[in-house]
Amino acid sequence: MALPRQPRAIALISGGLDSMLAAKVVQSHGVHVEGVNFFTGFCVEGHTQAVKRTKKQKVKRHSALWCAEQIGIPMQIVDISEEYKDIVVSPQYGYGRLLNPCLDCKIFMVNHALDLKGNDNEPFDFVITGEVVGQRPKSQRTETMAIIARESGADDRLLRPLCARNLPPSLPEREGWVDRDKLYGFSGRSRKPQFALAKELGISEWSQPAGGCCFLTDESYTKKLQDLWDSRGRKDYDLEDVVLLKIGRHIRPAPHFKLIIGREEGENQYLRGFRHKFAHMTTVSHTGPLCLVDGEPTSEERRLASRILARYSRGREASDVTVRITDPSGVSEEVIVEPFEPHLIPQDWTLTN
Amino acid sequence: MNTAKFLDTKGLLCPLPVIRLQEFVRGVESETEVTVVATDPGVLADIPSWCRVNGHELIAAKELGQEYHVTVRAIPQLST
Repeated sequence: MALPRQPRAIALISGGLDSMLAAKVVQSHGVHVEGVNFFTGFCVEGHTQAVKRTKKQKVKRHSALWCAEQIGIPMQIVDISEEYKDIVVSPQYGYGRLLNPCLDCKIFMVNHALDLKGNDNEPFDFVITGEVVGQRPKSQRTETMAIIARESGADDRLLRPLCARNLPPSLPEREGWVDRDKLYGFSGRSRKPQFALAKELGISEWSQPAGGCCFLTDESYTKKLQDLWDSRGRKDYDLEDVVLLKIGRHIRPAPHFKLIIGREEGENQYLRGFRHKFAHMTTVSHTGPLCLVDGEPTSEERRLASRILARYSRGREASDVTVRITDPSGVSEEVIVEPFEPHLIPQDWTLTN
Repeated sequence: MNTAKFLDTKGLLCPLPVIRLQEFVRGVESETEVTVVATDPGVLADIPSWCRVNGHELIAAKELGQEYHVTVRAIPQLST
């Protein structure tokens, strides 16, 4: 007689505690669990850390992969950065406090997870998320959680083990694949129940990205993204834009050009990779950062840009700093400028410090 | 086993090199040795971790000048 087939679930793993707990709980019910982490381009992890890392620093781990290792599940990372544009540009359910389309994002990810197959090329029976009723103002409310289940197409094949007892029984509960009595009824913003459960499950370490795991919830980042859209006159971006917005000081002296100035050697090194696409500036007479020029400043504005760059060089207190401006084809010119005094750079030019 | 292959991910930042490796591995039908060539040092942590959770074998991970080379023996995952 054939043994009953082991139920199979795919868990959305962000790298934070809740998704890790949710996967671990369902795994303890005898379900075969695999994880998925979606790469949107806006993930806080990865890019910035990679760019800023110096040789002396420890290599940063990918938190979602690390979580998967801790709980012993296979995990795939799926690049959704291209399809995700539509979500960011025109979310059906709108944005949260900043440019975070959390509800549309979760719908998209759950829907995408449903279509995935495991490492053995077999489909999954249901999807697991670490959502908790009342934890997030945009996407984790009773009414919006119902929308996620419905609009993603998962319906009752979406299990939220951490708050399942506050919700109608899902298919895995009704089928007996998991024991509803051994799921949880967490709600609200308090993290204490999760910390207690982590302790009970022997989990003592987890990632806690400051400000969340998505740059679209970051005020400084979204200000730069909005500025990018405003300057282009349309909501559009590519992955290169997304990465560049994470790096350097962004200063826009005029609507038609912006300066991106490296803040440390890792950023300078990364920005060097864009010299074929943008004009760039360096200080010749003094040590200083690399600056990309996004746009086409006039000759007078190039002097202005040079004065701004000089302000961030070692020559900031000198009377004259020589700045070399090189266009993408490699043609250079040098100008001698007086560095801007910091208080003379209008605050509204500065998109980030 | 097939002959060694190289996957050029220079210029990509993590986790994209891992994703490219994952895409490559999905297509293999027999054990295949593949070397990911990257410029992001994050591959030294991420690819070994990805191998451990997904049942592939890490052969070597090393820094070569400005590049990082991580060699993996990809094991085809069969339906159970």
